[in-house]
Amino acid sequence: MFEAIAFYLFAFLTIAMFFITVTTSQALYALSALAAGMIFISAFFFILGADFLGAVQIIVYTGAVMALYAFGMMFFDTTREVKEKQGNKYIIVGLATLAAVMVVVIFAAPIVSTNITASYPMLEGAGNTQEVGIVLFTKYLVPFEVAAIMLLVAMVAGIVLAGKKMDLSLTLMSAEEIKLMDEEINKKVLS
Amino acid sequence: MMEIGLNHYLVLSTILFAIGLVGIMRRKNLLLLFFATEILLNAVNVGFAAISHYYGDLTGQMFAFFVIAIAASELAVGLGLLIVWHKRHGTIDLDSMSSMRG
Amino acid sequence: MEKYLYIALFAPLVSSLFSALFTATTKKTFTGIIASILIFSAFVSSSILLTHILSGGEPIHVEMMTWMATGNLYIPFGFVVDQVSVTMMMVVTLVSTIVHIYSIGYMDHDKGFNRFFSYLSAFVFSMMILVMSDNYAGLFIGWEGVGLCSWLLIGFWFHKESATWAANEAFIMNRIADLGMLIGIFLIYWNTGTLQYDGAFASFATLDVSTLTWIGIFLFIGAMGKSAQFPLHTWLADAMEGPTPVSALIHAATMVTAGVYLVVRSNELYDLIPNVGLFIASLGAFVALFAASMALVNRDMKRIIAYSTLSQLGYMFAAAGLGAYWVALFHLMAHAFFKALLFLGAGNVMHAMHDELDPFKMGGLKKTMKGTFIMMTIASIALAGIFPLAGFFSKDAILEAAFVEHHYVIYAVLLFTAGLTAFYSFRLVALIFHGEERYKLFGIHPHEAYKFMLVGMSPLLLLAIIAGSFKGTYYEMIIELLPETEYHIHSHLVYWIMTIGTQTFVALSIIYAYKKYTDSKITVPDGTSLVENSFMYKLLLNQYYIPYAYERYLVTPYRELSRLLWKEVDQKMVDASVDGIAGIFYFIGNNTRAMQSGNLSIMLKWMVTGTVVLLSLAVVFGLAARYSDEIIIILSGLGV
Repeated sequence: MFEAIAFYLFAFLTIAMFFITVTTSQALYALSALAAGMIFISAFFFILGADFLGAVQIIVYTGAVMALYAFGMMFFDTTREVKEKQGNKYIIVGLATLAAVMVVVIFAAPIVSTNITASYPMLEGAGNTQEVGIVLFTKYLVPFEVAAIMLLVAMVAGIVLAGKKMDLSLTLMSAEEIKLMDEEINKKVLS
Repeated sequence: MMEIGLNHYLVLSTILFAIGLVGIMRRKNLLLLFFATEILLNAVNVGFAAISHYYGDLTGQMFAFFVIAIAASELAVGLGLLIVWHKRHGTIDLDSMSSMRG
Repeated sequence: MEKYLYIALFAPLVSSLFSALFTATTKKTFTGIIASILIFSAFVSSSILLTHILSGGEPIHVEMMTWMATGNLYIPFGFVVDQVSVTMMMVVTLVSTIVHIYSIGYMDHDKGFNRFFSYLSAFVFSMMILVMSDNYAGLFIGWEGVGLCSWLLIGFWFHKESATWAANEAFIMNRIADLGMLIGIFLIYWNTGTLQYDGAFASFATLDVSTLTWIGIFLFIGAMGKSAQFPLHTWLADAMEGPTPVSALIHAATMVTAGVYLVVRSNELYDLIPNVGLFIASLGAFVALFAASMALVNRDMKRIIAYSTLSQLGYMFAAAGLGAYWVALFHLMAHAFFKALLFLGAGNVMHAMHDELDPFKMGGLKKTMKGTFIMMTIASIALAGIFPLAGFFSKDAILEAAFVEHHYVIYAVLLFTAGLTAFYSFRLVALIFHGEERYKLFGIHPHEAYKFMLVGMSPLLLLAIIAGSFKGTYYEMIIELLPETEYHIHSHLVYWIMTIGTQTFVALSIIYAYKKYTDSKITVPDGTSLVENSFMYKLLLNQYYIPYAYERYLVTPYRELSRLLWKEVDQKMVDASVDGIAGIFYFIGNNTRAMQSGNLSIMLKWMVTGTVVLLSLAVVFGLAARYSDEIIIILSGLGV
C-alpha cells in the first residue's frame, strides 16, 4: 500500500521535474529541476531496496555532478534566457513517443516468459551494502579497478582542459625562481 | 494498479527515457544538452535497479553503479571541453558549431 | 634419339629468346650468327632423325607433358617423328638455316636486326611444333604461332602503313579460316573423343559419311586460309611488304605449306570422303590457273614470285585432293627449295636495285650479278619443270596422277598452267637479267650481294638440281605411312607422248618469253600502250578486281557496322547505362549530404530516428518469431 503511494508520488514528481528540465528556457531553473529529479530518483532506489545505490546516487549525482554543473554554469551568463531556434516540435515529440512505445512493447514481451534466472541471487539476512560489496569485489573487481583509473583520467583531463597558467610547474622550479616570479607579480601589482 | 510490479517500473523508466530523448533533440544549448543526457542515464538506472529487485539478482545494481561512475567521468571531461570551446568561440550554441559539415 | 627431337624442337626457341634479349639495342652481328648456328643444330638433328627413319627405324613418339586432362578430354604436349613429319622437318630446318644466314647480310643496315632474328626463330619454332605435334591441338598451336609470327614479320617495318595493313590482312584472313579449322577440330573431338592422330584416325572408319564430310570441309577451310586458296588468297601477294627473307621462308617454303601438311596428315580422313577430295583438287587446279594468269602481267618482281607460289600450292592441293598424298608432299619439298632460291635471288636483285621492284626498270643485270643470275635461272628452270631438275619429277607426277585417275579437265588445266608458269618465270628472268640495261636511266649502280650470302644460297641451288633423284628413296620411305599409290600409265606410248609433249609445250613457252622480253626496244610501260589499256590486261593487273570487291563489299560495310555499333550502341546505350548507375549513386549521395550538417542537434535527431527504426525491426521480428506457426498457416492458405 505504502509502496504504491510512494511509487506514484515519486513517479509524478520525477516526471514533472525532468519535464521542466527539458522544456524551460531558463538555464538556472533547468539546473535546479535536474537536481531535484536526481533526489527523487534516489528515492526509487530506496524503495527498491538498493540502499547502497540510493546513497551513491545522492552523493555522486546530486552532490558531485550537480555541483559540477553549477560551477560550469558560472562560466556562462545565466541571467539571460537561452535563445534557441526550435526545430519542428512535432517530429521531436513524435519520435520520442514512438521510441517509448516500442521499448514498452519489447519489454512487455519477455515479461511473459519465465525463463529468466538470477545469476547473483541476493542472500538472505545480509544487508544490501554487504551484498554489493561481496559481488563488487569478487566478480566485478576488474571493472571496478578500471573504473577507478577512468575516474583518475577524467579528473586529470578536466584539470588540464580548464586550468589556467598551466605552463609553469611550481614543484619543478627551484626556490630562487619562485622568489623571482613573486617579485615580478608584486611589481606589477604595486605599480 | 495497487500492486507495483516490474512493468510499472519499466514503464516509468521508458517515460523518463522518452523525456530525455525529447530533451536531446530539442536543446540547442550545449550545457542544457548535457542535462538531458543525465536524464537518460538516470532513467536507465531506474530500469536496472527495478529488474535487479524483481529477479533477485545483483547484476542490475552493479551496472547502475558503473553507469553512475561513467556519468561522473564523462561530465568532467565534457565540461572541460565545453569551457575550452567557450573560451575560443564565446558561444555554446549548437547551431554555430557546424565545422564538421559533410 | 629423343634428344634429337628435343634439340630440333627447342633450338629455334632458344635462338628466339636469345635474340629477344637484344631487341632494344643496335644491330649486333652475333645475334644473327648465334641464331644461325642454333637453327643449323636443329637442321643437324633433323638430318639425324631422317637417317634414322630412312634406315627403317621406328617413328619416335614422345609425350613431353600433359596439357589438359579434364574429364574425358586428354591433350598432351606430344610429338612424333614419323616419315611425314621428318620430311617437313628437313625442309623447314634447311630452308630456315639458309634464310638465317642470308638475313645476316640482307638485314645488314636495318635498325631492327636483332628483332628480326628473334621473330624469325620464333617462326621456326612454331612451324616445328606444327609439323612435329602428334595431335590436332598441338597442330593448332603451331598453326596460330606461325600466323602470329607471320604477322610480326610481314609488318616488320611497322612504320610503313602499307606493311601494317598487309600484316593485318594476312592475320585476319588466317583467323577467318581458323574458325573453320576450329570447328573441324571440335567435330573431331566430339565424334571420336580424342584429338590424337592415331586415335582419331582409327575411329574415323566408324563414323558416317556426312560427319566425315563436314570434318573434312572444315579442316580444309582452315587449310584454305593458311595456304591462300581462293577466296582467301589476297593476303599472300600483299605479304610481300615484308623483308625478302621472310617471303622466302614463310611464303614459299613453310607457312603456306602448312595447309598442304594438314591435308596430307589427315589423309586417312580424306581417303574416306573422295568427294571432298575431288573438290579440293578442283579448287587447287583452279587456283593454279588463276594465280598464274595474274602473274603474267604483274610488274612487281616479288608479287610475280608470290603468285607463282600460289600457283604451285594449287598443284599441291590438286595432288592431295586426288589422293596422291606422297606426290603432294614431294612437290612441297622440291618447291620449297627452288622457290626459296628464287626469293633469295630476288632479294639480291632488290638490294642491288635499291629496293626497286619493277622488272621493266631493270635489265641486263647478268653482267654485274653473275651469281644471282645463275641461281635464279636454274631455279626458274626447276620451277618450269624441265628434265632433269627437281620440278620435273614432282610436277610430272602430279600430271600423271590427274591423268591416270581420269580427271582430264584437271589434267588439262594443270598442263596449261605449266606452260603459263614457264612463261612468266622466264619473262621475269629475261626482263631482269637480259636485254638493255634500263636501270641506267634511273641512275642506279647495282652490285652483287655479299659472298657469304651466295655461298649460303648454294645448298638450295644444289638441291634444286638434284632433288629429283631422291624420289625413289623418298617413295620407299613415305609409303610406310601414306597410301601407296603408284600412278602408272599403262601404255608406255601414252606416257612418252605425255612427257615429251609437256616438255615441248614448256620449252616453247620459255622461248616465246625470251623472244618477247629480251627485245632491245623494250621500254618502261607508262600506261599509254595498247596492251596496257586492253580489258584483259587491266583485269589481270588488278587481280580480277577481287581485292577491290573485298574492300568495297566486305570491309567497308563491316567498318560502317563497327562504327555504328560503337557510336550508337556502345557509347549511347552501354556507357550510358553504366554511367547512369553510377549517376544514381552520385545523386543519392548528393541528396543525403544534408544529413551530415555538422550540427549536433540534427545528428541527435537522426540518431533517435535510427533507434526507432531498429526498435520497430526488433518488434516485427519478435512478433514473427513468436507467431511463426500462425504466419505459415496464413501464407500457405494464400498459396505462397
